Amino acid sequence: MTEAAQQKEVVIRVRGLVNRFDDQTVHQGLDLDVYRGEVLGVVGGSGTGKSVLLRTIIGLNPARAGSVDLLGTDMVNGSPEQLRAVRQRFGVLFQDGALFSSLTVAQNIQVPLKEFYDLPQDLLDEIAAAKLHMVGLSPDAGTKYPAELSGGMRKRAGLARALALDPEVVFFDEPTAGLDPIGAAAFDQLVRDLQQALGLTVFMVTHDLDSLYAICDRIAVLAEKKVLLTGPMDVMLKAQHPWVVEYFHGPRARAAAITATLDERM
Amino acid sequence: MAEGQLQAGRDGGVLRLSLTGDWTLAHAAMLLTRLGGLATAGLTGGHLRDGGAAQARLDTTGLARLDTAGALLLLRLYRQLEDQGFSIDWPTPRHEHRALFNYAKGCGEAVTVWPKVDSGLSGWVQYLGWLTLFFLREARRFTGFIGEVTETAVMMAFRPQQMRFTSMVHHMEETGLKALPIVGLLSFLIGMVMAYQGASQLQKFGAEIFVVDLIGISVLRELGVLLTAILIAGRSGSAFTAQIGSMKVNEEIAAMRTLGLDPVVVLVLPRMFALMLTLPVLTFFADIMGLAGGALMAWNTLGISPDMFLHRLHDAVALRTFLVGIVKAPVFAALIALVGCYEGLRVKRDAESVGRLTTRSVVQSIFLVIVFDALFSIMFNFLGV
Repeated sequence: MTEAAQQKEVVIRVRGLVNRFDDQTVHQGLDLDVYRGEVLGVVGGSGTGKSVLLRTIIGLNPARAGSVDLLGTDMVNGSPEQLRAVRQRFGVLFQDGALFSSLTVAQNIQVPLKEFYDLPQDLLDEIAAAKLHMVGLSPDAGTKYPAELSGGMRKRAGLARALALDPEVVFFDEPTAGLDPIGAAAFDQLVRDLQQALGLTVFMVTHDLDSLYAICDRIAVLAEKKVLLTGPMDVMLKAQHPWVVEYFHGPRARAAAITATLDERM
Repeated sequence: MAEGQLQAGRDGGVLRLSLTGDWTLAHAAMLLTRLGGLATAGLTGGHLRDGGAAQARLDTTGLARLDTAGALLLLRLYRQLEDQGFSIDWPTPRHEHRALFNYAKGCGEAVTVWPKVDSGLSGWVQYLGWLTLFFLREARRFTGFIGEVTETAVMMAFRPQQMRFTSMVHHMEETGLKALPIVGLLSFLIGMVMAYQGASQLQKFGAEIFVVDLIGISVLRELGVLLTAILIAGRSGSAFTAQIGSMKVNEEIAAMRTLGLDPVVVLVLPRMFALMLTLPVLTFFADIMGLAGGALMAWNTLGISPDMFLHRLHDAVALRTFLVGIVKAPVFAALIALVGCYEGLRVKRDAESVGRLTTRSVVQSIFLVIVFDALFSIMFNFLGV
């Protein structure tokens, strides 16, 4: 680890994580650090436990062994009060937004605000409008129900809810899955803009090579039940592990790389 | 965490507003009252305003944290000052504070959370109108569906090889065989209750033996079939809606159509025919169990031996009584299956509607069963049965 990296504040620290379902071991001694203010992309083949890792870090999935430290809170053995406190400091965007279907979008955004704070309705409405504006939705999207929105809008609305409490860390589970390339690129850009404007730390499980090129500062590769490799894109491109080589040098990867260099030139 | 604070003071001819501490959600309620206080006492009162010099300076050097709520409050302050005619100077905003402030500024008006609803009389009348139209539309659609199913069923008569017999037998097992215990138990209990209640009344006249007539006629003619139909509506009608509904959510129905399969043939008809075949059988079983329950109670409380019960039953009840009851079963079965499948096909692509329509399917099918039972009564009355 370089000296510069050591100076950075670690907001997520995973050590020796073991996850096992019945007889199937998903993680065995997994270590991972995520630093404040970076965008980390987590990649890995199907069944390597990317989503399980995400769910373990946010405390939805109890680990068999090991430690998970998120914003200074022990997510494995922390008390309910500690977990409640830390939940105000991170947001999660689930795959299809996971909006509450019986509530309008604006109500969805206000759910965490109402749960944790006692604020007058007009301020709540202003906050909802601000969040909608942040994620690039028009104010009238706030009165709609999730079923009335398109997939891309649902993701944006889900992001607005994830941002409701101005979290320090935001988790994304395949944010661009199911979006068309234009929508996916726009979503990538949105994540990047918000991350820079709000100083967010982003933990992103993704399969989208364009996202990896466009917005990720570092990439973590999950394979062989642990984090095989972390580092920026050039580290990935130089790696020798067969899966990493295939992933980052396959035909789709080349296309993404070309787009990325074109974008840089423009 | 330092508490968010707002101090106002004069600095020469300039109104100085210094923001300190955390302007975050946690302190938003408190800051809001502070802002309100400033608006009434300070700015509007004019004492902070020095004659014509309308200059204000925002000092955020002491501001530790700012979040969206804080930025919105800052924006309110900003707008208050603007409305008062102040020219505002914000000399040293931190980059991230400025960025959040701009987000807040760009978002325009607050959103309304609820879809617009008129309260009061006009809203009520509107709702009534909407409900009426909804029922009429629903009735028309349902009639259309009955027509579609009937047409397909008639076509099926000419091409019986298209009929899904495996599926039908499966549904007969699910809706018929597996319902036997519950239907039997409930009918038995109802038979007992009828006998007990009837006995205590008839005993007053010394007409205990007529309890057999009472049970025989009421169970065979009405209770057996009605109870079974209501039970099956709750048990199988709801299952039909949920099954077909979750297939609809999963786009299986759409896939079926593109593969050239007709959902009516594949899903609706096997369920409907299965139920039309099993409900009469279940009703027959319910009749027997109801009579058995009644006989047991009559024996126990009135000392009418089973032998005597059967003998009396033979005299009191004609075959016609039984037939009048059982003939209703296939009609009720068709109603339950049609409503169940219809509501299942009405499910939209969200999971919530599965639950809503399943409830509706049960309520509607029980409602229709009872309405049709009444219609049958009127019809039999006319026919003199």
